Amino acid sequence: MSHERQGATPARWGADLQTSLFAKGRAGRRAMTMPAWHGDAVDTALPAGALRAAPADLPSLSEPEVLRHYTLLSNLNHHIERGLYPLGSCTMKYNPRLNEKVAALSGFASLHPEQDEADLQGLLCALKLLQDALCEITGFAACSLQPAAGAHGEYLGMQVIRAHHLDRGDTGRNEVLIPDSAHGTNPASVVLTGMQPRTLKSGPDGRLDLDALRAAVGPQTAGIMITNPNTLGLFESDIVEVARIVHAAGGLLYMDGANLNAILGKAKPALMGFDVVHMNLHKTFSTPHGGGGPGAGPICVTDELARFLPAPIIREREGVYSLDACAGECRPSVHAYQGNTGVCLRALTYILRLGGDGLTRVSERAVLNANYLRKRLEGLLTVQHADGTLHEFIATGADWKEKFGVRTLDIAKRMLDYGIHAPTIYFPLIVDEAIMVEPTETESKETLDRFVEVVAAIRAEAERDPDLLRTAPHTTPVSRLDEAAAARRPDLGWLGPCNCG
Amino acid sequence: MVASDRKYTKDHEWVLAEGEIATVGVTEYAAHELGDVVFLELPEVGTVVGQGETVGTIETVKSVEDLFSPVGGEVVAVNEAVLDAPETVNQDPLEAGWLYKVRIGDRSELDELLTADDYDALIGG
Amino acid sequence: MPYTPHTAADIREMLDVLGLASVDDLFRTLPAAVRPQAGLDLPSSLSEEEVWRVMSNLAALNAGQDELASFLGGGVYDAAIPAAVDAVVSRSEFLTAYTPYQPEVSQGTLQVIYEWQTFVERLTGLPVANASMYDGSTALVEGIRMALGRTGRGAVVVPAALNPRHRRVLETNLASEGVKISTVAVAPDGTTDPAALRAALDGETGAVVIQNPNYLGLIEPVDALAAAARDAGALVVASVNPVSLSRLKTPAEYGAAVATGEAQPFGVPCGWGGPLLGFLSCSDDLKRLIPGRVVGRTVDHDGREGYVLTLQTREQHIRREKATSNICSNQGLNMTRGTVYLALLGAEGLRELGEANRVRCEALRAILRGIDGVQLPFAGPVFNEFVVRLPRPAREFRAFARGQGILAGIPLDGFAGCGAGDLLVAVTERRTADEIERYGSVLRDFLEQ
Repeated sequence: MSHERQGATPARWGADLQTSLFAKGRAGRRAMTMPAWHGDAVDTALPAGALRAAPADLPSLSEPEVLRHYTLLSNLNHHIERGLYPLGSCTMKYNPRLNEKVAALSGFASLHPEQDEADLQGLLCALKLLQDALCEITGFAACSLQPAAGAHGEYLGMQVIRAHHLDRGDTGRNEVLIPDSAHGTNPASVVLTGMQPRTLKSGPDGRLDLDALRAAVGPQTAGIMITNPNTLGLFESDIVEVARIVHAAGGLLYMDGANLNAILGKAKPALMGFDVVHMNLHKTFSTPHGGGGPGAGPICVTDELARFLPAPIIREREGVYSLDACAGECRPSVHAYQGNTGVCLRALTYILRLGGDGLTRVSERAVLNANYLRKRLEGLLTVQHADGTLHEFIATGADWKEKFGVRTLDIAKRMLDYGIHAPTIYFPLIVDEAIMVEPTETESKETLDRFVEVVAAIRAEAERDPDLLRTAPHTTPVSRLDEAAAARRPDLGWLGPCNCG
Repeated sequence: MVASDRKYTKDHEWVLAEGEIATVGVTEYAAHELGDVVFLELPEVGTVVGQGETVGTIETVKSVEDLFSPVGGEVVAVNEAVLDAPETVNQDPLEAGWLYKVRIGDRSELDELLTADDYDALIGG
Repeated sequence: MPYTPHTAADIREMLDVLGLASVDDLFRTLPAAVRPQAGLDLPSSLSEEEVWRVMSNLAALNAGQDELASFLGGGVYDAAIPAAVDAVVSRSEFLTAYTPYQPEVSQGTLQVIYEWQTFVERLTGLPVANASMYDGSTALVEGIRMALGRTGRGAVVVPAALNPRHRRVLETNLASEGVKISTVAVAPDGTTDPAALRAALDGETGAVVIQNPNYLGLIEPVDALAAAARDAGALVVASVNPVSLSRLKTPAEYGAAVATGEAQPFGVPCGWGGPLLGFLSCSDDLKRLIPGRVVGRTVDHDGREGYVLTLQTREQHIRREKATSNICSNQGLNMTRGTVYLALLGAEGLRELGEANRVRCEALRAILRGIDGVQLPFAGPVFNEFVVRLPRPAREFRAFARGQGILAGIPLDGFAGCGAGDLLVAVTERRTADEIERYGSVLRDFLEQ
């Protein structure tokens, strides 16, 4: 099992680094050609003053060269179909292939956003089904699919909360409370809506501290942003009381639904007292992460807040769907069109496939997997705030640092040698040397058992030869990269010669 | 033991006053704790800064810290060499890695700073 | 249950390890008040075949640009997508990977981003680009934020002929931040008058938006507009159709500090407007204000060249409330589409793509000029999109043409001085000579009925 470091470097993951596309090919080679023009000749000249001085310097390659380049590049990536990807908070579950097949249907993919409703009846029906399902899952009355990502949903949610206060003439509410365990997007989203974040210190058990909350709320409170379960994987058990306190002070409650995958069918944000929630369709609802996107971050809100959601609204009457532009109303817009529709269709496909009962099983098994793994890791990694963790848990490498002189980063890097993607590290910020593990429900018991064996093997290596960890990974296409050099003298684009001469 | 020819702040900056000019930098302790410095934002020459004011930032790969001016006055020089090669701050924080110089406005502000002994105690030396 | 491997025996063994009787014990910290009484009121699980039937039936109820001849544009265009693009992005290695947080096992994604940055830099002429934005509208907003951040000023001037959908997003975003937005009216020729722009600028103006071509399809007097901005100490934020950069002056050439736009025509399906592919590039001195992910080239401990996420201190996960933007995930897979598309397109392909759009656009304009009562109200040069003025309501023609299998354009009634007869028409390389002729004959039929 263990990869002993013996003399020569082990085989490099079966993959070679690729030279830049911009150093490949040769002038004159072609992949794409344009459809021929069979009409009359026309004058296509443009005024000289409107033209660029020289054509853009693009490489010239044949189609096989391009395919080989990107296939070889793809071999350098870890991905879900290759192995465990237990990034805490990111929910790297299996992405069903059916989702992709559905989204690629020409009847969806070839629609232009400026087409008439009559051409969109199937699409609007699908999107309405998704909105209704998300409302049922969260317990809310209205849904906007417009946000293109979780942080984008946070931003729209904050705009909705701000609009609610301003609409009531309550102009003094400018502060949003955020626990210190929150994702960095939360404070950033608040600031961009012109409000100010105020940090709430977590209690010793990793949950919200009610006394700190009571002391913090006031006439300046626009709302509070809570991730529930929080980033430690803990359910905020006092959430109903939290909601009472914030509402009594005149504020609203925003739920960051990044961890909604832990509580499907088990708890509803509306019942907890929230007013707005965003969901990450690319986490909870299995749409692919795509190397960084596109995701989707729809929000659901209470009936009272529905009028602050973006237009148009999908309406249905006797089986006919229409788009209501809400003329004359002042509504926000955060995307040129209606958001990442293709991602929404994937999520609907997933919801239909699983059904209500299946979604509940998703959370049960995600939580079971995380708890099983947490329990099996006892003695290998110290788990923080272990009581009642749900779909993910936070361990700390602090004792490894003390005993073996290796840091969490070193443990993470060594995992890569075993074909496992490292968990999230150094987040949340309130835990020293944090390792945040989220196995998800799509991993088998055998995979989890192997993860435990790998951690045990790495711990033995740390004891015996800590340098093996400090210099890891050893079997990946590249070893640790010089990030300081990259940031000091940024090289952000290929300046080398191009082949097109 | 830290260098005794200069004064310090609890934010791990040093000040070396020579005549009416004070040179400012970060301490060896700070340079070590921060890790690889990758970027600095420093005040422009001619800026008048007050004691304790934020005058710039010091960045590593994954952190950003504010720089506070230990003493008030007019900025008269900025170390262009560290802007071009921020690693100088790690390599030689007390000499080549100086950050900027100010013409001291009020010398009594220097009395409020930590002595080398105070600073040594602060960092547990 | 789909997609999970758990057998009853697995579950029992795992619960035994935990010393629990049932899975529900794991949820003991959830108070009764927050738990739904009767589970989720959603239909039961379906087989893959059943879901496929539901979804493909819904898709069949739509009529898209594969079956209708589309002359719709306005920021999203019916562009051809090579099969090789779909092949690359359906690879799990790109599809199911996450943001490249562990660079040692993410060199594929990182190098693709670096190549995308290079493509955007070469198209726009500006030396720094990021890994993508949600769409052209949010890219524009972020570009304006950069310009205001750099100048320390609080006002932006935008042309009236700015994409109205972008304008709405800009208003939502900038109004709550207290940014003043002023508008320069459209001149009678449909472009933005540099003198009018000068008059709208003052010492508070930190950003001037130039959309080229503008929403009416017209090529703007970019040099004069940019000079006016420069004289007022404001930075130019350009919003450009990247296909037009096959021919048109680059944002760098007219001195823009930031270039933004919608790169959907580079291999991304229209998909009812999402997911799209916003791009953003900037001058070197703004690189530490750029939002989102940026990839840099460096070396590993053994001296091998490799790629990493860099300049991360700008980002929300480090700078939190002081971050330049809240963006976290972007449009990664569509950025991969764009990169593969441009690799396939190549230097010669880019030139031909521009020419293919130009030929078809001018061919339709020539036909429309020959129809009695129809006008092309603006005389200036266009790239692949233009306004046609009909003697009857454009909405009526749009409905009539739809009946003939043509998506005729976007009615402009009320936009920037346009009337009920004005229609925005786009012509891409996918339109055939037959379809373009048919557009003319359908319009004749409409006017004669």
